[in-house]
This record gives sequence, C-alpha cells and structure tokens, in this order.
Amino acid sequence: MIFPQSVDEQLKELKETLKLNKAQVEKLRKIAEKQYEKSLIDPGEAVGVVAAQSIGEPGTQLTLRTKWLAGAMEMTVTQGLPRMIEIFDAKREPSTPSMIVYLKPSYATSEKKVEDIAFKILEIKLDDVIKSIDVDLLRMRVEVELNPEILRKYHLTEKKIQKIISEEFKGYKITTGSYKINIKPKGEDVDIKQIYKLKVKLKGIHVGGIDGIKQVLPMKQGDRWIIKTAGSNLKDILRLPEVDIENTTTNNIFEVLSVFGVEAAREVIIEETLNVLNNQGIEVDPRHIMLVSDVMTYEGTIKGIGRYGVSGGKASVLARASFEVPLKHLFHAAVSAEVDNLTSVVENVMINQPIPVGTGIVNLKVKKEEEK
Amino acid sequence: MANIFLNGKFVGTHDNPKKLVSEIKEMRRDGRLPSETNVAFFKEEDSVYILSDKGRARRPLIIVKNGKSLLTKEHIEKLKKNEITWDDLVKEGVIEYLDAEEEENAYIAFDEKKLTPEHTHLEISPTVIMGPQANMVPYPQNSLSYRITLGAKMTKQALGLYTANLPLRADTDVSIIHYPQFPIVKTQMYDLLRFEDHPVGQNVIVAIMPFDGYNIQDAVVINQASIDRGLFRATTFKPYVCEELRYPGGQTDSISLPDKEVKGYRTEHAYRYLEEDGIVYPEVKVEAGDVLVGKVSPPRFLSSLEELRVGTEAQRETSTTLAHGEKGVVDSVLVSESEEGNKFVKVKIRDERIPELGDKFASRHGQKGVIGLIVPEEDMPFTEDGIVPDIIFSAHSIPTRMTIGHLIEIIGGKVGALNGKNVDATAFQSVDEFTLRRMLKEAGFREDGTEEMYDGRTGRRFEAKIFVGSQYYYRLKHMVANKLHARSRGPVQLLTRQPTEGRAKEGGLRLGEMEKDCFVAHGSALLLKERFDSDRTIVPICKKCGMVAIYNKFKNKTICPVCGEDAPIEFVEMAYAFKLLLDELKSMGIYPKLNIKPKFEVEK
Repeated sequence: MIFPQSVDEQLKELKETLKLNKAQVEKLRKIAEKQYEKSLIDPGEAVGVVAAQSIGEPGTQLTLRTKWLAGAMEMTVTQGLPRMIEIFDAKREPSTPSMIVYLKPSYATSEKKVEDIAFKILEIKLDDVIKSIDVDLLRMRVEVELNPEILRKYHLTEKKIQKIISEEFKGYKITTGSYKINIKPKGEDVDIKQIYKLKVKLKGIHVGGIDGIKQVLPMKQGDRWIIKTAGSNLKDILRLPEVDIENTTTNNIFEVLSVFGVEAAREVIIEETLNVLNNQGIEVDPRHIMLVSDVMTYEGTIKGIGRYGVSGGKASVLARASFEVPLKHLFHAAVSAEVDNLTSVVENVMINQPIPVGTGIVNLKVKKEEEK
Repeated sequence: MANIFLNGKFVGTHDNPKKLVSEIKEMRRDGRLPSETNVAFFKEEDSVYILSDKGRARRPLIIVKNGKSLLTKEHIEKLKKNEITWDDLVKEGVIEYLDAEEEENAYIAFDEKKLTPEHTHLEISPTVIMGPQANMVPYPQNSLSYRITLGAKMTKQALGLYTANLPLRADTDVSIIHYPQFPIVKTQMYDLLRFEDHPVGQNVIVAIMPFDGYNIQDAVVINQASIDRGLFRATTFKPYVCEELRYPGGQTDSISLPDKEVKGYRTEHAYRYLEEDGIVYPEVKVEAGDVLVGKVSPPRFLSSLEELRVGTEAQRETSTTLAHGEKGVVDSVLVSESEEGNKFVKVKIRDERIPELGDKFASRHGQKGVIGLIVPEEDMPFTEDGIVPDIIFSAHSIPTRMTIGHLIEIIGGKVGALNGKNVDATAFQSVDEFTLRRMLKEAGFREDGTEEMYDGRTGRRFEAKIFVGSQYYYRLKHMVANKLHARSRGPVQLLTRQPTEGRAKEGGLRLGEMEKDCFVAHGSALLLKERFDSDRTIVPICKKCGMVAIYNKFKNKTICPVCGEDAPIEFVEMAYAFKLLLDELKSMGIYPKLNIKPKFEVEK
C-alpha cells in the first residue's frame, strides 16, 4: 500500500523515536494500513452532496453583510457571505484585496525597521508628499511645494522626486529649487484647461512604494513581524529582499494563480474559505472545502461554481438543462447531436431510475452460458 | 430668498419665509384660510411648502402659546355639557390638524406637565401615539414595542361575536365563540370602540408554572372542565353556493335530484338528504362527499357521439358537495336569484369547534401558543381557596420576550375580579403596579400575586409559590380541524400525473429538492426511486428510431408511428413527467432519441 506523504513521514518518525526493528516496522505498517483503509471514503458515497450540505447548512448562519472595523488598528476586509460568494464564484478581483507580508527575521529586528519596510511598500503618490499644489495663471504653470518632513518619513528625497517628474513629463519646462517644483507646458498658446489637467495628473504620479498597496499595518504576530496591507500586488512585493517568500500570502486567488500556479491557488481557496467560516465561529470539516476547491481547480484554471463554471461544464445535457437557461442547452444539444449517457444523479432522478450513488452504484453482470 | 411651493408647484419667492409661515398659520387659526391648509418651512432647503390638496394624513393637536395650552378648563366643562363640539374647537383655533410636513416644524409636548415655552403643540392624549389596534393591548408602556405589535396583530385573528345578525348573513368561513366576555383589565379604547357589543375573548384564570412539560415551547395546558363548561367553544359557518347557469344555445343547468342515467352519477347514498327540489333540508348532519344541492348540466361539447344520446343520458352531474375533510350541520338554506337572474342556492353549514389539542390561543401581549394537553379538573393544581386555573402558561415564555405587561395584567385581573370592577390599563395613564399590589394586599392576598398551590394528582403542596390571576385570552382562528391533512393514494394532476397539491385537493406532501438531496447523501438510491414513483408509467419505445411507440391492448399489437408495425419495440419504465418532457422537446422541433440497452449487461 502506498501511503500519503504525511503518513509515511509519521511512520518514519515513529520508527526513529521508538527504535523499532524491521519486523516491528512491518507490523506497524500493517496496523497503519488497516486503520488507513478503515478511514477511507466508502465506494459510492455521495461526497459532493455531503460536502454541499455540510457547507450549506452552517452557511445559512453567515452574516449577510459585514464591514467590521475593530478599532483603528485593523483593516476592513469583506467577511461572511459576500466573501464566500466571491470565492466560490471565482471573482477576478476581491472587493477588498489584502496581503499578509512576512518579513525575513534578519531584516525585521525592531519596530522601527519594520515600519521603515512598511513605508517602503506603501504606494505613495505625489499628492501624499506635498505641502501645496497651485495653478499660477499669470505665468501659466503649476507650482508644487513638497513637504520635507513627510518626504523624510517615506525615505524619499527631493532629487528623486525631481527625477521622477522630469522623466514623466518630458517636453515640459521644469524649474526646481528648495522643495519647489514649477512645471509649464512648452509652447506659447497654453489654455487653462490644459493646466488644470496637468495639475490632476501631477497629483496622481507614483513616486514611491509598490503599486496598489493603499494601506500598511505593521504588527507582531507571535514572535514574527508581519505587515498587513490593503491592496494586493504579490508579484512586486515578492521582489523585495526583505520579504519572506515562503509565508507571504494574498487573498487575491487569481494573483496566486499567476504567480505560484494552480496548486497554490487551490490552497488559497481552502484557506480563505476556512478563514471566513472560522471567523464566524462555524466549524466545517476541511475535507469538504478541499473537495470544492479541487473541483474548481482541477482543469488548471479556476472555475466558479455556477452557470459559466462547474455547473455549466457538466457532461449531461439534462443535468445542465435542469440548472439555469434550459432552452439554450437543449437547442445546442439538438444542433450538435449530443448524447446523454445518463451516468450522473440528476438525469436519473429525472427519468426515475436508480441513481448511480450508494446502493444504486452496484450493478449486476450476467455471465451467459453457451447454449448447447 | 426662499422658494415658495403650493401643492408641489413653484409659485414664487419670499424674503421673510418665517413671517410668511406664521402669518399663514395665523390666518388658518382665525378662519380666514381653510383649516385643511398646512404650511411648512424647511431651513436647509430654504423653501416653504404650502399644502392644501387631498390625500394627506393629518392628525389633531392642541395649540400651545407661550407654554400654555389653549384648551382651558372652561372648554372641557362646555364640552361635557354639550354646549360646544369638536368642530367649534377647531374653528376657535384651539385644535388644529397637522400633516406630515408641518409636523416637521412642530415641537409637541407629550403631556401638560412637560410643557415649556418652546413647545408649539400638545398631544390631546399621550395614548394617541398608538392606533386603535395597539391601544387594545393593556399596559403597553411595560412591554417591548414588538410584542405590542404582535398583540395588535393577533387581536385581528381572535374569534369573537363580531356581528349580531349572524343568522341573516352568509360570510365566508367565519367563526364565533359562544360566550364572549368584556375584559376585566381594559383600556379607554375598549369603551371608544363599544367593545361590549362585540367582544373577542374570555377572562380566564391563568397560573404561570410548568405542567409535566406539556406546556413546553409556548404550549398551554387547559382544564377539561372549563372546556366542558363552554370555555372558548366556537362555531364555524361556511356557505356553499350553487347557481343555475345559462349556456349559449338556450340550454340551462337544472337544480334537481339527478336522474340515475346522468353521466357522473354518484351513489344513491350521497343524495339521501336531498328533498324533491334537489336541495338539502336544514338541521341535517352532513359529511364529506354528501350532496348539498343536486344539479345537472348540459353536455360540455356537442360532439356527434353525444348528440345521439337521448334525454338525460347526455347530461353531466355537477352537484355541490361538502368539501373533502369537512363535516357539519346544515344551518340554513337560501333560495334566491343571482344578478343575472339565475336561480341560485346558498347552503350554510355550521360546525361546532370545541377546543382541542393543537388549537391556538393568545393573550393580549403577543404571547401565543397551542394547546399541549387537556387535563381533567381533578388533576389540575388548585389554590388554598380551591381556585383551579383554566389555563397553565409556561414561565419560560416570559424572560426572553420581556412582556412585563402580561404579568401586570394578571395582577390587575385578580384585583378587578376581587373588587368587581374594571381596571384601567390605558397606555401611560393606567393604574400603576404599586396601587394594584396594595389593593391585592387589602383583599387578603399576597401582594406579589403568588399563592400556595397543591398538585391535583398527589395532593402535595408545591414548594414554590405559583403566580395566579385572571387574564383576558383570545382564541385565534387557526384550528387544527381546518388544517389536519394526510394522504396515501389520491387524485393526480392531468398533465403530469403527479399528485395534486394542497389540502383542499386532497394533495400529497411534497418531497422537495432538498429532501431529495438527503436521500442522495445517504446513498439510498432505491428508496429515492420508490418515493418518486408516483408518476411511474410503462412506455413502449421503438428500438430503431428511439421514439415513443403505440401499444394496442385489444389486438396486443405494437406499432411505431415512424417505422411501422414490424419495428422492434421494448417496454421501458420511466417517470410520466419525463415522457412529457420528451413530448415537449418534440414540439420544440428537437428529436429526443432514446438509445435502449438491456438493464443488466450480458458477458459472453
């Protein structure tokens, strides 16, 4: 018998700690084998329906709509039923993307250092670091005055910002000096509209940090420093040398899919779902959720549970037609001459035949004697 | 510059909106403008709304000036002597009606004691914050608002004596109780509604205690002797209508004793109560299926075959019978003419409804429950004075609902019963709890309303003191006799051949989608099939074309309409609903071909 990796490891560990000889190891394996077989799912067990009921029943108690803010030190994350729907419908962007960034212990030595890293991650726009931004209509230019204190806080320098602006606005007339930057479009006939557009564009310029990270919150979890973020950008954050790649996670499943692949995405679906349920004090056996996320990911991409995902991909015409938009499926099946082999549950309920589950999965095969 | 709107239309602007508003109000109060006019100034919008159109809900309030009510003692004296009327007070400018808009500008005092110079109006009575329905709940100030809402809702469902001309009426499905009473604990609303003329409940002795768990989950235990004496006994009336219709072509129905030759003739037994005119006689006990009015109709379609039949043979039987699951006594028979001038018969059936297990009762505080057990009087607990409660109510119904009014009503009822007087429990101006406690003590009882009680079965005294008193109870219209339903075999629908739905049609109890999922989850495939076998059919299928074939039972021959007589045909068992689906697919232009295979594979 081939055991899963975890069981094998446990057996190995036992062998070492108890110092077993070969015969004893063999005996232990036999006992383990028996126990393992005993705990396997029986053939014909309706695992799908059991999983659906096991998640669905406590799911009725999920909060319908929660935006919780427990004190100032927390971030709002979608919870409860809306989040659950988001996960199972395979929404591309979660409504509140968020990351937990783990730091390598060698970098995270003190609170101050962690805070520095956090500000390095935080996306900073020009609007965040200025004292004022004005339009000078007389000289037809935009005047920006930087705030040196905030610049220092975010580890930015005047020069750096000057460089970013001059790169971004090539072909503009830029004059600088003592935390002041004046920008003027080239050419003589500049109208006011253009100046105002320039002002708006200036404000939104990315001057530091990582794209999409709107909020950072450094905190200590156990003996490790982590940074919670609002907004997610897994790809760029993993490039930072301070970040512990192994532990850092995001709640954006599709981002995990593109960075780490489908197995990691499956793991994130399981974790996120369990997280939602446990937050509401609901206990569901993780194997049910594992089954759901297996079904969602086994094709190599993430499919939602629904008309355009798992349910729409069923093999049986009748099963699809009994779910949403029956006419579409029936006509399509007629045009392409589809054959329904009636191998699944829904079809057999429809035609009133035993369903191929449980007691109905057993079949009789007759061996016919040659007629004399 | 404020914008002025008259009935929602912009009419102009004004520099001093506050002055304008106060002037309009002044003019309305001294009668220069109609009293229906309302005016409101909204500071945030800087606009004045003058409204005089129809359809605004308005309510009367006493006008207050400089912290003093304009309604004086002289007014009240004159009102009492009938020298002035309400309309005079409105004309005089003492009382005015405010609509929702003008209410936004008003500062209304709850009662006269709380008046300050800032107030603009005074409530006529604090109780008017609730409507007539909610005002029928005693001590509402001591209960949660939701419980008052429930109490008001259940008042509407209570049985009573709602009309005195009942023998002359033919209301659909109504009940009256035989001995309705006026409540001991009442509110002002009961007098205003002349409740004595149409009460809806009875005063009962209630003990708050458990009774062997038979009053668990809001159930009540009720005294058999009280029921025998007529407590909450009710009668239900239900009219059955039968009309002689006219059909195009001069044919008509005829209300008569149907001939035996008529199509659809019932058994002779069913017609046994009919007189010569085909109508039942009053005061006869009838059961389900008995014919009340005999009627025959002309044939529905004049097909060639039926035309050949002569006389009564062609006619259909369309009698009015007592519905499935009903019983009763024929109360009255009315023969009249309908609006179209047809002969028309109304038979009113009466049925006595003695309280039974499962009937619904409620107090006036949203505390509803069904009968859990009917106990013989000798087994009921009794007090030292020998008082036996009519109803035993569970103490667990009180803490979570927090209906303190319920408890105070019991004390109030006890005091009222002892003194032979009604107790006023009107919102905010009721006789307070401490007065009631004092009066109870004066009458020789414990002031908290509890008493020593003895178990009727063992004669032993209960260790705890039991809270007993008198309370007004409703019998609600939900009775098990109208709801009890079960079926094994029975009628099916024409289209799907599945069982009909609903009690009235003797329908099946649906095993729905989620219940089906439970069978699937348990892996009980064959049980699931058996449950869904109600529309099982055996259909001949052509093996060649996969379509439904025809089986001729008389000739014992099978024919495929596509492939002809020689086609190989198999008999297949399937749900009739699936056969229907195949037919519907065909009508859509889709060819649903069935590929038939033997059920058990044969290996060679």
